Amino acid sequence: MNAFKVIQAGLLTLIQDRGRYGQHRLGLTNGGPLDTSAFDWANRLCSNSINATALEVSIGGLILEAQCDTFIAVTGADMALKINNQAAAQWRTLKILAGDTISFGFATCGARAYLAVADGFQIAPSFTSTATVCREAIGGINGEKLKAADSLPCSLVLNRQMLSLPASEMPDYAQSVSLRVILGYQQQSFDSLQQRLFFSSDYQLSDKIDRMGFRLQGQVIRSSLEGILSEGICHGAIQIPADGQPIVLMNDRQTIGGYPKIGSVIALDTARLAQLMPGERINFEQISLEHAHNINHLAKVRQQSIALIEHR
Amino acid sequence: MNIEIAGENSLIIYFADQTSAAVSARVQQTMHALETSLGSLLIDMVPSYASLLVIYDAFGTDQYHVQNCINQVLAQLQNAQPVAGSTIELPAYYSTESGPDLAQLASNANLTIDQVIAIHSEMEYRVYAIGFAPGFAYLGEVDPRIAAPRLSTPRLKVPRGAVAIADRQTAVYPAQSPGGWNLIGLCPTRMFNPQQQPSMPVQVGDSVKFMPIDRAEFLALGGEL
Repeated sequence: MNAFKVIQAGLLTLIQDRGRYGQHRLGLTNGGPLDTSAFDWANRLCSNSINATALEVSIGGLILEAQCDTFIAVTGADMALKINNQAAAQWRTLKILAGDTISFGFATCGARAYLAVADGFQIAPSFTSTATVCREAIGGINGEKLKAADSLPCSLVLNRQMLSLPASEMPDYAQSVSLRVILGYQQQSFDSLQQRLFFSSDYQLSDKIDRMGFRLQGQVIRSSLEGILSEGICHGAIQIPADGQPIVLMNDRQTIGGYPKIGSVIALDTARLAQLMPGERINFEQISLEHAHNINHLAKVRQQSIALIEHR
Repeated sequence: MNIEIAGENSLIIYFADQTSAAVSARVQQTMHALETSLGSLLIDMVPSYASLLVIYDAFGTDQYHVQNCINQVLAQLQNAQPVAGSTIELPAYYSTESGPDLAQLASNANLTIDQVIAIHSEMEYRVYAIGFAPGFAYLGEVDPRIAAPRLSTPRLKVPRGAVAIADRQTAVYPAQSPGGWNLIGLCPTRMFNPQQQPSMPVQVGDSVKFMPIDRAEFLALGGEL
């Protein structure tokens, strides 16, 4: 069979496409890549469609064996990628032959890497998507993270354009990020002092991070509300529970919840948050919804206009 | 009624401070009407007790257009007929064997176990929201006589099908999970089955009535103890 065999699954490796949409009313969350930007580059470097199924490798430790000839690209966190024990470059198309071993070390810069394969991994979608959400036991292979001996079906591909991302465009996964926030939801329950504290304080990423939410540590913020009638939670929403420590809600968040929220982080910045490790620094910057609209459109145009370098 | 920004591509409509059958019906009506008026600009919606989160394609439109659509839908809603949900009967095997908190709940309420079962099963509940886990339907409202606070220490494992009470809400656990609700019985109907179409027996806006069954019926319906 044309496939990759999992020799070692790594800490947390998940089959992901761009996520599951239109299913919230069944209680299903989005899933999908935490760093959509790095995910998209991996697919683009393989000349794939935008929603092709790829792997999200958190922290590292993944080892695969190719069972057919194809092409791959690895983007995102630097994980000392090796092919047959030889160092290999990330952010470019790589030719793979049957029998090759692809191994990831552990992240030295950033936290999540993405591995795309030419034409994508061939996984049957559930509820319109292949995105794995372990908590819901949905997507991927039986709704689980990868484990040793799993087989990842793909296509035999003999020809593909060899591309790389110009070095000037490679993201710099700094150890601190400024997250742009649109005020919303229960913002009025945070008085002006609380809002100033929130936007002027430095936070640290705690070790309580998972695909549901990233819990931060730092200045305590108080809402005048203790709880609210449970309501829909959007991606990036910043929940402030009773201990006053913000939680940024990510791709696998619960669809509804009852904690007050001060607003939401834009997706371009949750992608950067996803590349941080515990202990790294975060602060928040307030922007308007109109500004976010412009930022998103400019980022899209800019990403599309980046010319990839062709290799022979 | 007010509309707030939720995020870069979402608005949330608040219909009231508290929920009621009438408020819940308006959430449903608005959701159906927005499906038509927003069409392919709509990414997803989350209906809840008294609010509706609307997530739209921010590359195809902006909040002003979406806000306009919402305002138009809400204006037309005034005269609209409420959408009637279906009524679904769910079998429930109430017992101390299948509901480890039934005896304690009854004694705290100064009722007999049979009285608790009678009160829980005679009420028709409304599906107010679905969330927490796929297929977890929040049903309300439970008769105040049998309302019970969440356990002080949540269980690590609540079995699939557990019929449970927390405050004035009741629910059937769709899958084994941790949980702090009071367990009073087991329901053999799968509340979420990804292999089935539809994957859930209920949706927001439907009514649910529990039908007491005995041990033999429970096992015959595929229940597991």
